[in-house]
Amino acid sequence: MSDSGEFDVSRRAILAGGAAGAAVVAVPVTAQAAVPPGTAPSMAKVAMEVNGKRRAFVVDTRTTLLDALRENLQLTGTKKGCDHGQCGACTVLVDGVRINSCLSLAVMHQGDKVTTIEGLGQPDDLHPMQAAFIKHDGYQCGYCTPGQICSAVAVLGEIKAGVPSHVTDDLTARPTASNDEMRERMSGNICRCGAYSNILEAMADVAEKRA
Amino acid sequence: MKPFTYNRASTPAAAAAEALRTPNAKFIAGGTNLLDLMKLQIEAPAHLIDVGGLKLDRIEGTPDGGLRIGALVTNTNLASDTRVRRDYGVLSRAIVAGASGQLRNKATTAGNLLQRTRCPYFYDTNQPCNKRKPGSGCAALGGYSRQLAVIGSSDACIATYPGDMAVAMRVLDAVVETVQPDGITRSIPIADFHRLPGDTPHIDTVLKRGELITSVTLPKPIGGTQIYRKVRDRASYAFALVSVAAVVQRDGTGRVAVGGVAHKPWRVEAAEAALPQGAQAVNARLMAGARPTQDNAFKVTLVERTLASALAEAKG
Repeated sequence: MSDSGEFDVSRRAILAGGAAGAAVVAVPVTAQAAVPPGTAPSMAKVAMEVNGKRRAFVVDTRTTLLDALRENLQLTGTKKGCDHGQCGACTVLVDGVRINSCLSLAVMHQGDKVTTIEGLGQPDDLHPMQAAFIKHDGYQCGYCTPGQICSAVAVLGEIKAGVPSHVTDDLTARPTASNDEMRERMSGNICRCGAYSNILEAMADVAEKRA
Repeated sequence: MKPFTYNRASTPAAAAAEALRTPNAKFIAGGTNLLDLMKLQIEAPAHLIDVGGLKLDRIEGTPDGGLRIGALVTNTNLASDTRVRRDYGVLSRAIVAGASGQLRNKATTAGNLLQRTRCPYFYDTNQPCNKRKPGSGCAALGGYSRQLAVIGSSDACIATYPGDMAVAMRVLDAVVETVQPDGITRSIPIADFHRLPGDTPHIDTVLKRGELITSVTLPKPIGGTQIYRKVRDRASYAFALVSVAAVVQRDGTGRVAVGGVAHKPWRVEAAEAALPQGAQAVNARLMAGARPTQDNAFKVTLVERTLASALAEAKG
């Protein structure tokens, strides 16, 4: 993958707007102010740190963080599922916190640190949660897996940080990485194949090793 | 999504002024509800004012012993705050009963108050909906209304306010602090913040054009046993059919507010006088004047049973 992604014209911008869209993309950003809102795409510069590297590019303001990762930065590990925050396939970490990248605009992440599944680990250098998913067969088709793993890593962090959940009995005590706690906290990540019990085993494995 | 221009606001007052002078502008913070609606073109702002950098993300004590919650405090940070967990447990409980971890990490206090209804006819742009398109009619009346309002509704709209956090804030007598485009601030008791639909259901709240929420204040802690009981079609990550926020004192007195039944968190202070007599007595006054549909008449009974369950839990 080329790292020269600075100010690439995105495939999406050209496809979405056809010839007109391509023409608009060529206009310098500063000239966009003259275009009446609601009639043509509005472009904006954005720079963020993705998986430890600074990335700067120009996007249509409508571009979600999810689409920017996949289409501007070619980081296709993050998956588009429902595109409405309901399935969790697009889960990434922003400044260490898990979010649905489909419900966030790229332009809102100026200066943020984004970690995707590619940034957690690589095939020759797996993150412990990635290794545990493989060991416990925590996937079938694999489509939801990047989101599940990003979420799983964040869930253990949330439990450690004392963030309460719907199943936390005592609000004033520290939550623990119990099966109930992990299940509840993973409810924003849907797996249509139903690999849930193996995902839980993978998470429990990592939680145990950390404890 | 329709194209829109985008700008980051520098101060709350500047954001409010920009919203007033820019046609069809919207504030955006977490974006978890607004972007969802923009993708469906239910919302189509021409300009977004990003208020995310306004540093309204702190929770601090107030001189009278309460808490001031910045408008941009995330749901996760609010539910996790040690003061909230200790003194306003019903609020922590309500927040973690809603949405998913990912959404709560992004959703903000002010944005949560402003989230729009989940009425299926509001979401389906092929259907008439007076809230989405004023004067177009209401497909929910006579439609699939199992999840919809049983009280406070009108012939124009039977949508519910979908959130959990606001139900707890209602029982705690929270106050919404705002700044208007002319720089003047005001305090709106949460009881008055969300509107009943009447014949203008497209207007969800009493906020004026350009008015920006800056914080929500909680009065000093009221003690008691604090419970949030949510009844829904699955155990997690679903909106409430009915929810009850309750603060019950040792002597059996207390406060209750109900979610999932009306256009706003539903609280009837006069009904609370009946708390020592039990759920049936409270419910009779709380739900007086209910106008359920055939599909959702069960909610009136469900409120009573959820109340009974919460009161039993409070007794220990």
